[in-house]
Amino acid sequence: MSAKDEILSRIRSALADTPATEEVPREYRTTSDMNEEQLIELLVDRLVDYKAGVEVIEAAQIPEFVAAKLKDAASVVYPQGLDTAWLSALGQNVEQRVDAPGARLSVAELDATSAVVTSSAVSVAESGTIILDGQPDQGRRAISLVPDHHLCIVPISTIVQLLPEAMPRLSITRPLTWISGPSATSDIELERVEGVHGPRTLDVLMVRGL
Amino acid sequence: MPAGGQGNLFETEPFPKAAHRELGNTQMRKNLRHATHTIRDKRLKVVGELPDWEALRDAGSTIKNNSMATLEERLLEFEKNFTARGGVVHWARDADEANKIVTELVKATGSQEVVKVKSMATQEIGLNEHLEAEGIDAFETDLAELIVQLGHDKPSHILVPAIHKNRTEVRDIFLSQMPVVDPNLTDEPAKLAEAARAHLRKKFLAAKVAISGANFALADTGTLGVVESEGNGRMCLTLPETLITVMGIEKVLPHWEDVEVFMQLLPRSSTGERMNPYTSLWTGVTEDDGPQNVHIVLLDNGRTRALADRFGRSALNCIRCSACMNVCPVYERTGGHAYGSTYPGPIGAILSPLLTGIEVEENGSLPYASSLCGACYEACPVKINIPEILVHLRGDDVDAKREKHKLPTQMDLLMKGGSWALGKGKNIGLLEKALPLGRLAAGKDKKIKKLPGIAAGWTQSRDIPAPPNKSFRDWWSDEKESM
Repeated sequence: MSAKDEILSRIRSALADTPATEEVPREYRTTSDMNEEQLIELLVDRLVDYKAGVEVIEAAQIPEFVAAKLKDAASVVYPQGLDTAWLSALGQNVEQRVDAPGARLSVAELDATSAVVTSSAVSVAESGTIILDGQPDQGRRAISLVPDHHLCIVPISTIVQLLPEAMPRLSITRPLTWISGPSATSDIELERVEGVHGPRTLDVLMVRGL
Repeated sequence: MPAGGQGNLFETEPFPKAAHRELGNTQMRKNLRHATHTIRDKRLKVVGELPDWEALRDAGSTIKNNSMATLEERLLEFEKNFTARGGVVHWARDADEANKIVTELVKATGSQEVVKVKSMATQEIGLNEHLEAEGIDAFETDLAELIVQLGHDKPSHILVPAIHKNRTEVRDIFLSQMPVVDPNLTDEPAKLAEAARAHLRKKFLAAKVAISGANFALADTGTLGVVESEGNGRMCLTLPETLITVMGIEKVLPHWEDVEVFMQLLPRSSTGERMNPYTSLWTGVTEDDGPQNVHIVLLDNGRTRALADRFGRSALNCIRCSACMNVCPVYERTGGHAYGSTYPGPIGAILSPLLTGIEVEENGSLPYASSLCGACYEACPVKINIPEILVHLRGDDVDAKREKHKLPTQMDLLMKGGSWALGKGKNIGLLEKALPLGRLAAGKDKKIKKLPGIAAGWTQSRDIPAPPNKSFRDWWSDEKESM
């Protein structure tokens, strides 16, 4: 008998007492009563708690703030679907690299890139979680992982309060990356250290009117 | 009865003996006390923030019970969907078979080394040791697992495996074991994390094969999920060409919406955070993004045996958050090493014997490693009634021992006698007539110092006062007469 058949047959005999299933009680919160200003305040509070840098800005201010956040970067990578106008105020000294289907940067090239700029799909204020789902303005998973500085754009229109409100907005079979603050560890004497293998700096621009 | 699990699921010595030794390790006890108290306080704080915490627990518990009740269907559904998206599914009856499958897969890539993201399942089956024997180097990439691996040690906690080590010990391990390391490395945690980053960076960027566990699998979409903090998980899950995931069959959830329940329960219960820094979800192969060669090994290794135990099967609902061990007075003092198995603490005390079978003598003492205070049940995010299962397993252990010995033991005789005596008022009255005899056994100080046979254990550290010269029953009838 194949391993599969044997395991399935073991399961059948283990469940010979036919345990009943029950309707899942979903009495937990699934809708929020927060207005936009409350959502912004809550998400900022959570992200700051995770030691991320946060600015709340207008759409027109994006180029200026992107340039300010990346002033020390030697190079920046962005996914092909990102609005390039957002990078228009970057200085000449910051080399721009696009990661596009058919023209992917190698891991070594990503490793030699200082920063990455991406957009995001949905953010959950209550847990301070920004979700990237690989759409063209967010790119494949490696670009937001290897460079040491991640600058992430969060359109305020994509913020929800609760995780159950975020789920219907996601296409689950796309590769998803949920980010709650920069890379961190508490493995040595439980002392929290920001930055291990993922980007050690996370900057978030929360943008009105996007 | 289905086959029991193999691998690192056994007490290497009886719990009381191991616990006695571990209790002497004052460094471990100090670290553990600090860690468990810190995490449990953080947990209470973030759990208190959610007005619907109990509703989430109810949902989580029912979702898990339903998954177990329909496990065959869920696994087939997962296999169909994961395969349709380009993934390859393998089934492993036990640790040996899983280790062989993984080794074959690694060998097929031509690679001699793999990077690993922390995984309880691969710890359980002893994969690293097996790969080493086959000439393949496996590099643990989680900071704590790296410390344990470089220190040739064993994990002592499922969430913070190196919690028994302090910073100076970690620095000494890094200085002696890392091929390239700054000789002036200090013991500051930030510097140590930096050293780990430098040590592993090249490995991540060059790795061709990665091995992971999974926190959950979603049946209706064929999706896998890994929850972590450092980014080592993301490195392993996205950069290599080949990704091999080893997952226990109990980790499958029916619907992708169920993620909203478990991602609220898990981080808050485990690290006391509102959310862990990184969560990755992937469904088979995605063109142009991540590994293009994606495998999963679905592991039984005793899980069907646990499933067959209708009192114990809810132990399979465990989401490995470690909340139970952080509130357990026994774990806090003995540490994880005393349990022998990959799964320590209250959940380990039921899960290990359920996976191997209680009649396997090596795990017979685990269900007694508890004060039955119930703190674990209260903390469990999926409401596993650990104390109830412990008591049930103790009963099974007694039955298994009786079966083995055939002849009634002193305990059996004692219990039988007790049952006769307490069964009828007349019987106990008869026995009480013998009470004054006990006074003969007591010395001048009116104390019995030593009882015979199995009861001797009780008098090892305490005395029994001599019985009165008259039983209450006799005293009462005398009083009644004189009234």
